[in-house]
Amino acid sequence: MMKISMKFSVLLMSVVFLVACGERKRLVDIGNEKQILYIANGADPADIDPQITTGSVEHRIEGALFEPLLTKNLTTLEIEPALAESWTVSEDGLVYEFKIRDNAVWSNGDNLIAEDFVQSWRRVLSAKLGSEWATYLYVLKNGEAYHTGKIKDFSEVGVEAVSEKVLRVTLSGPTPYFLQLLDHNCMYPVHIKTILKHGEFDERSTPWTRPENFVGSGPFVPVEWVPNKVFVMAKNPLYWNHERIKLSEVHVLPVEGTLAMERMYRAGQLHVVEKLPPAKIASYKNDPALHSFPLYGTYFYRFNTTIKPLNDVRVRQALSYAIDRGQITKTISRGGEPVMRSLVPITPAYKPSYQFPEDIALAQKLLAEAGFPEGKGFPKLTLTYNTLDEHQKIAVAIQQMWKKNLGIDIHLQNQEWKVFLANQHQMNYEISRASWIGDYVDPNTFLEIFIASSGNNETGWSSAEYDDLIRAASLEKDLDARVKIMQEAEKILMTELPIMPIYGYSWNRLVSPSVKNWQDNVQDYFSFTDVYLAQDKK
Amino acid sequence: MLLFILKRILQAIPVLLLVSAVTFFMVRAAPGGPFDAERAVPPDVLKHLNERYHLDDPLWKQYLDYMGNLLQGDFGPSFKYTTHTVNDLIAAGLPATAELSLYAILFALVVGLTAGIFASLKSNTLQDYIPMSAAMIGICMPTFVLGPILLLVFGIWLGWLPVAGWGQIAGDKILPSVTLGFAYAAYIARISRGGMLDVLSQDYIRTAKAKGLSTARIIFVHALRGGITPVISFLGPAIAGLLAGSFVVESIFQIPGLGRFYVMAAFNRDYTLILGLTIFFAFLIVLFNLLADIVLVWLNPKVRQDLGGKQ
Repeated sequence: MMKISMKFSVLLMSVVFLVACGERKRLVDIGNEKQILYIANGADPADIDPQITTGSVEHRIEGALFEPLLTKNLTTLEIEPALAESWTVSEDGLVYEFKIRDNAVWSNGDNLIAEDFVQSWRRVLSAKLGSEWATYLYVLKNGEAYHTGKIKDFSEVGVEAVSEKVLRVTLSGPTPYFLQLLDHNCMYPVHIKTILKHGEFDERSTPWTRPENFVGSGPFVPVEWVPNKVFVMAKNPLYWNHERIKLSEVHVLPVEGTLAMERMYRAGQLHVVEKLPPAKIASYKNDPALHSFPLYGTYFYRFNTTIKPLNDVRVRQALSYAIDRGQITKTISRGGEPVMRSLVPITPAYKPSYQFPEDIALAQKLLAEAGFPEGKGFPKLTLTYNTLDEHQKIAVAIQQMWKKNLGIDIHLQNQEWKVFLANQHQMNYEISRASWIGDYVDPNTFLEIFIASSGNNETGWSSAEYDDLIRAASLEKDLDARVKIMQEAEKILMTELPIMPIYGYSWNRLVSPSVKNWQDNVQDYFSFTDVYLAQDKK
Repeated sequence: MLLFILKRILQAIPVLLLVSAVTFFMVRAAPGGPFDAERAVPPDVLKHLNERYHLDDPLWKQYLDYMGNLLQGDFGPSFKYTTHTVNDLIAAGLPATAELSLYAILFALVVGLTAGIFASLKSNTLQDYIPMSAAMIGICMPTFVLGPILLLVFGIWLGWLPVAGWGQIAGDKILPSVTLGFAYAAYIARISRGGMLDVLSQDYIRTAKAKGLSTARIIFVHALRGGITPVISFLGPAIAGLLAGSFVVESIFQIPGLGRFYVMAAFNRDYTLILGLTIFFAFLIVLFNLLADIVLVWLNPKVRQDLGGKQ
């Protein structure tokens, strides 16, 4: 028996040795040779119908499969031609005409025409489709009326095909950021004939988006989609600008969890990691693979202003003034995030006119005025956050700061994501973690959510003056005047403080040095159009 | 024997019905719905979504409709993976889960039997204590601890094996199979050691030794058949457990199997996918326990006789 087990052990060891020492190419090495990019993208895409999907996971993929009328420069985010090669705007800023490229075709060879946009936007505005983005198209003349059923005739909506390659758009009012909206996924044209082949015009979730059925307009086409395993896209040879595309394939892997992503990167199984866990950022500080960049988003806490004592502005101000945001970004988030004492992130086109102070003495004074000197008598409120280490650490830090600086006790409550969302939407909370990432680079995308009628307000706070300013800004054609109105509105919000901004997002991603032409921007757009792979010399 | 099988199948039907009903109503009772997202869904959009998925019907009607469709083999559409049906997703995830379970059980059998037999031959010596202590660790150590350790050592530090994936790069099936199979190997080692010790103390083995037969012949020809019978009866529930319990390993190693779908379905409140997978797993557990019982009855004439007597 001893002999047998010895032989078996030798055999087993040999197998292990062969597996271990055989020349084993890493996935990224194979990818570099074949121009195949491996990228982790968080969860699996729920769908790739750009008109109904709402997550960034889906949008990044859709950005490669569809092309909008206009796109943005990946570094500067300035408007650039895409399917439309040129455009004109009427003097009153209400009518836009887009000239669609003569050589723009669908991935099945069909000519891409202006009517495709008309029908695609009709689909978004169709109530039965239930697109969560329909309100985006309310900027069109009669867009809201059609979506809400007040008018039935789509020809009354402000979008028409003037000719095969000219699209005319009429807006309901001057919308200075209209061109910025055009590269949003809900604005992409979809191939209606394909949709009709697999279901009704306004039916959700039909198989038209399966790789074998799909027809798109972008630089890539889907070739394989194994749920929870991989989404493979290949170069679209019919794309009008196909000579620009260097990659042969992009493999999008649904990897949940930033730690797993980072491990896969280290093991040579990924070129690009969507997000690095905060604890790992320091270890990549001097690594060229680390891409750190600011994101157009803000991390904040919501106050439920319908309950005592949070209905008292002095209490909200005291809570907001009494914390050290720099300490949080330095020791917890650790990604180089800017502290925020206003809501809208700073851009070259917009700076807030007012930032609330961080002033412990003032906070104590305000709390005393509100009837809680040194925190005495202050009820034990609950701060709710969804399950994530980072949220918990921030909540603990803020709990301690409030305890130390104001003498108040706050109870922390961790909730599973869907439970958290349901409670937040029903305003079943007292203080709650929140965040907002801008859909487009304009203060309106942040400020609009706090008007009284917005479903995303979720604080119970409303101000007629604030709503009027936001409405006025949407009608203002002069850009400087519009910025001033926005600043005024933001000042009201940051004085009333139904929310408490903490920091601005910054993103930390790993991109293998063999990935060339990868660009980062504040909207975290992915584009694979100019990306190529080149093995670095060792 | 046929009557025994028929009886077991009939017993399985109320079990599956109960599982489906309990899961259906429990999932619906959980706070948060499939359409709850960070950005509030406009009320009219939510109304259309509820209509589309019949969530505006009374709960009892939804359950009856679901069961009616289920009888026709239709598990319904997924709420999250909207272009896929639950049938699609089960079909997509089953091959990886089945393959992972197969490799895990093979690993468990090879390592467990080798260790068990070896330990039984050297009972109460160091060569017995070492594998049996390792087996005890294997039984005690959860997969969510073992997986990351193996991954760190063999994937990151030594760089020998891939750290994630399934069928994408050579060797990516080794670490998850070992992680999943390790505890089962430990059980098999202990069971087979006990079984072998039992058999090795029998008179016919002493006779074989007295006849001067080689150790290998005594073990493989005479002792093994009786010694591993307890292992065979362990295999049925073990395979069912592997198939239904691989979700931790699938999550650690990013394997596109049913377990990972299950975890994601729970987080997403994907009602139909949770329900479909629960019923499917319940069916597998019932099926493999039944198969194990059939094999046991078939192997053991005494049990067969008892059954015959009862019938």
